[in-house]
Amino acid sequence: MLSLKRFNLTDLLAFIVISIGAVFMIAPLLWTLSTSFKSKAEVFALPPVWIPETFHFEKYIEIWEKGPLLSGIQNSLIITVCVTIIGTFTSSLAAFAFAKLRFPFKNMIFLLLLSALMIPYPAVMIPQFILFSEFGWVDTLKPLIVPGLFGNIMMIFFLRQYLTSVPGAIIEAAKIDGSSYFGIFSKIIFPLIRPAVAAQLILWFMAVWNDYLAPIIYLNSPEKQTLQLVIANFNATYAIQTDYALIMAASFIALLPMLIIFLVFQKQIIESVAISGVKG
Amino acid sequence: MKVRSNLYRKESYYGYLFVLAPVVGYLLFTMYPLLYSLYGSFTDWDGLGQMTFIGLDNFKDILADELFYKASFNTIFMMIGIPIEITLALLLAMGLNRKMFGTTTFRVIYYVPVISSLAAVSILWQWAYNGDYGLVNQFLALFGFEGPNWLTDKYTVKPALILMMIWKNIGYSMLLYLAALQSVPKDYYEAAQLDGANSWNIFWNITFPMVKPVTFFIVVTKIIGGAQIFTEVNIMTPTGGPEYSSATVVFYVWKKAFENLQMGYASGMAMLLGLFIFVITLVQFRMNERSSKDME
Repeated sequence: MLSLKRFNLTDLLAFIVISIGAVFMIAPLLWTLSTSFKSKAEVFALPPVWIPETFHFEKYIEIWEKGPLLSGIQNSLIITVCVTIIGTFTSSLAAFAFAKLRFPFKNMIFLLLLSALMIPYPAVMIPQFILFSEFGWVDTLKPLIVPGLFGNIMMIFFLRQYLTSVPGAIIEAAKIDGSSYFGIFSKIIFPLIRPAVAAQLILWFMAVWNDYLAPIIYLNSPEKQTLQLVIANFNATYAIQTDYALIMAASFIALLPMLIIFLVFQKQIIESVAISGVKG
Repeated sequence: MKVRSNLYRKESYYGYLFVLAPVVGYLLFTMYPLLYSLYGSFTDWDGLGQMTFIGLDNFKDILADELFYKASFNTIFMMIGIPIEITLALLLAMGLNRKMFGTTTFRVIYYVPVISSLAAVSILWQWAYNGDYGLVNQFLALFGFEGPNWLTDKYTVKPALILMMIWKNIGYSMLLYLAALQSVPKDYYEAAQLDGANSWNIFWNITFPMVKPVTFFIVVTKIIGGAQIFTEVNIMTPTGGPEYSSATVVFYVWKKAFENLQMGYASGMAMLLGLFIFVITLVQFRMNERSSKDME
């Protein structure tokens, strides 16, 4: 009885500490949201105003006129959709080959690809930039799309691990039935690995959507920039005018797509992260 | 025999075909640029004109460059956040691993910053750190403290960045620990309790060793990530901070390459960074191998 009571007390204590932590985690985000609705006086009010007296929605209309926010969203969408859809196809096809097909030097090739995980982007970004500028691709979306189409090594690694639990007998049986290798992939393998693919695709989508370093290198003209660059420019431009409500509205719009995706696919994302970490 | 070898040849053919895309991508966008960068680091190169071979001159200059040391120091200094984050994440995960009310909600709340765009998060923290009306100082004022102007003071800019990065990333480490804790067999804890072990003993002899592979994974990925900090510095302190006190190596490489067009010099620094990451990863894998052998 005594030990039960003690454990409840620890639980309560843990709950309180975690709750306080949660307030700190969420406060900056709520502050962004609330500031975007504030009047100028409320932005600078001391002590801070958390709930504006009247909600000003003007800034959410202004941001579309004051900067290329819409084209930023479009550009980000074009890049992420192209990269993740085609890149996922090439990655899962390669994962299938690495996990289930027999060909000479297979493991050597796989290890070689894995070595790329150890090479940071900053180490290759300069020659990549020179290469793409020779193609005349600077200030287009191509340098941000094309490399991704060739697949994602982390995804190949993850899907290959996932496929090792699929019995080889299924594939042998399909072969005897006269199925082509691509048929085996599209009719048997892909449906089997679909949950893993979905989880990896979401993670990759978020990474490409939120990327900042590669876009800042390649994209100069405002109408070519991705959403992340557009809001960073908003920040730099309107800071002088201290129009925080405007900056916060733009930032919140930039946060929104991923927040929605996360809330919808929360379970898959969390599971996928957990699996890749524990197995990796 | 003939049929069999034909089948095998066909399988090999398709095998190569299916892995062709990532292999070509690897050669084109990783291997070739890496070798190019390596060569570039031995040249005087502005990215437009000729590459003139100058031997080790870039590296001599880099090793005498005060700003390079500053950027390296800043980068390593900011890794102080890693042990803090890992400790907090483990404590948090242990708390959330209990059967208690609202665990799913907490998991979501702590994970939201992880999925948020780093650019947007950097912007909101930049204003939260504002000396006059930023959220952080308004909070400190509640307790009677007068906070500094965090990002324009050379002593506070790095701690400010560290704090923000812990806030941004802690959910990720927490989630990995939570997954690891849930895979620890319950019998271990029950047996230990029967033996009369106290909480500290249980933590030190069961929990900690069981989550060691995850700790290893987090440490390696955090150091690799920490060595490449760029976005938050670029947005929150566009000039590299007061007296370059928040500039990181990647920030400096980026400046040199794309603003000063010193591609050869920047390549040299990028190679040193790559080498650092490679060595760290290798050392840690060696250590992990040895310690997992010890455990057996």
